[in-house]
Amino acid sequence: MSDVLLQATGLRLAFGGVKAADGIDLGVMKGEFLAIIGPNGAGKTTFINMSTGYLRPNAGEITYEGSRITGLSPRAIVKRGIARSFQLPQLFAEHTVEQNIALAVASRDGIWSPLTPLLRPGYRDEARDLLDRFGLSAIAHARADALNEGARKLADIAMAVALKPRLLLMDEPTSGVAASEKMGVVETLARVLRDAQVTAVFVEHDMDVVERFADRVAVWSQGRIAALGPPQQVLSDPAVQRDVIGIERHA
Amino acid sequence: MRKIEPFLALLLAAAMITAAVTAPWLRFVLTIALAKGIAVIGILLLLRAGQVSFGHALYIAFGAYTVAFLAPRYGDAVVLLLLAAVGAGLLGLVIGLFVTRYRQIFFGMLNLAMSMVFYSLLEKLYHYTKGSDGIRVEIMPIAGQTLDRVAYEWWIFGIAMGLAFVLGFLIRLYLSSPMGEALAGIKTRETRLEFMGVPARGVLLAAYVMSAMLGGIGGAIIAMTSRHVTPLLSYWTSSGELVFIAILGGAGGVLGPFLGAAAYELVRIYAAASFADAWQMILGAVLLLVILFAPGGLWGMAARVMKGRAQ
Ligand SMILES: Nc1ncnc2c1ncn2[C@@H]1O[C@H](COP(=O)(O)OP(=O)(O)OP(=O)(O)O)[C@@H](O)[C@H]1O
Ligand SMILES: [Mg+2]
Repeated sequence: MSDVLLQATGLRLAFGGVKAADGIDLGVMKGEFLAIIGPNGAGKTTFINMSTGYLRPNAGEITYEGSRITGLSPRAIVKRGIARSFQLPQLFAEHTVEQNIALAVASRDGIWSPLTPLLRPGYRDEARDLLDRFGLSAIAHARADALNEGARKLADIAMAVALKPRLLLMDEPTSGVAASEKMGVVETLARVLRDAQVTAVFVEHDMDVVERFADRVAVWSQGRIAALGPPQQVLSDPAVQRDVIGIERHA
Repeated sequence: MRKIEPFLALLLAAAMITAAVTAPWLRFVLTIALAKGIAVIGILLLLRAGQVSFGHALYIAFGAYTVAFLAPRYGDAVVLLLLAAVGAGLLGLVIGLFVTRYRQIFFGMLNLAMSMVFYSLLEKLYHYTKGSDGIRVEIMPIAGQTLDRVAYEWWIFGIAMGLAFVLGFLIRLYLSSPMGEALAGIKTRETRLEFMGVPARGVLLAAYVMSAMLGGIGGAIIAMTSRHVTPLLSYWTSSGELVFIAILGGAGGVLGPFLGAAAYELVRIYAAASFADAWQMILGAVLLLVILFAPGGLWGMAARVMKGRAQ
């Protein structure tokens, strides 16, 4: 369990004067659930963007399973087994929820078959199974642009899970999900990921979720990692309480 | 709705055949309509991806000139149709590698530019193309059979109809396949495709090549029917006409282009006969009405009527 799956070393990225990453060193262990917390603008999304090939760091490198992935395209990185979900859900707005998921399922085979339907039994069954597990079956045939924010968020995550990644990066998976449903949703998600032995990194603002599901917590602050360790230890650190959780409460 | 599409296609085909039998000059008009319908399926493919090409007359012209140039040597309609399709596909691949890097207005305008370059070449290379005089196309054998004029025209009409069915059927399968749905994904969330490991540009390029082939086939049929090709085939107004037909027919299904093309050609003929100077205005007004009151086009209207019936 202690093998490093993803290793970031000395990542730096500046947007004009803003240092969104200012020397990030982080190893993600195989099989763990790692939470990223930190105030708005700390660079959490930027880290995910760099790890998935959407942004290229100015300096530093990221290795995955020992080989370098910095500079690879998002597509090449997905092929290696890293998937992500988005802070703002990225769905195909004019497709149904079922089609969205089925397309993600189909993309594992490269989508190049032009004459057999997307909703063929194989893809459709797998999509339905995922919809079921995410509690989205009732809205399977709704168009993605007709969903509420919580459902869009879940569909977005289900699409990433459909890719069968070994590492899943989730950007605020529970934002937009109703408070009453939040724990249930995370519970389900955690079960799905543990069953499939997926390593997960997730940005999270809800400390209850972090405390309950994260094996480790990384605290982001102005492009740096201010603290890293088990939730009980990190969340009770007075500095973290003052600088992050205090700010979170007011955000 | 998808279920009754084949039924509606048969209905439309029956109406066309009846019209062609009753009035020989309509046979000519409807053959052209079928040819344009085939080309407009190509426009529809690109519309699926949210892209509008203002230059697809290029592939019509390419297909038509392929027939005009090669008819004296390989004078068989079947061979020429194949050559036009493959040639237009290759040209579409070369141009597509470039234009599929762009989206929206840039995509539209680059296609327009390409078609206008081709137009000028056809105009300027008089030695080969006879410039704006164009080239006559003689009646040619079909699958080895030499035919008289009437039989020939019937055969071309039949081939156009047969191709419309076969191509329409194939494109319909394609549009609901993973590849076709990914194409539609380019319109709404192209980056997500990349994050699913799908090369969005490749998906668009494949559709572009198909659209070029459809244009080439349409152009070949037009050349075989009108039996005279001119650079005007590639002029920007001809490209605009294809987009016009696509909107008129509606982008909801493969039947739209044929409904649109038949309506367009008929309105054009009647309007031109009755109001010689005002027919463009009439077409413009029709388009305006469609955009304002029936954004799904004729196909969308038909779909609504059928739905009303079913309830
Ligand atoms: N593509 C970009 N261009 C310019 N500036 C950017 C870009 N992406 C991020 N930034 C800036 O970098 C900083 C870090 O942004 P990032 O989105 O990573 O923060 P975050 O920790 O995810 O915040 P939040 O909790 O609000 O999502 C911010 O100041 C942001 O404005
Ligand atoms: Mg963020």
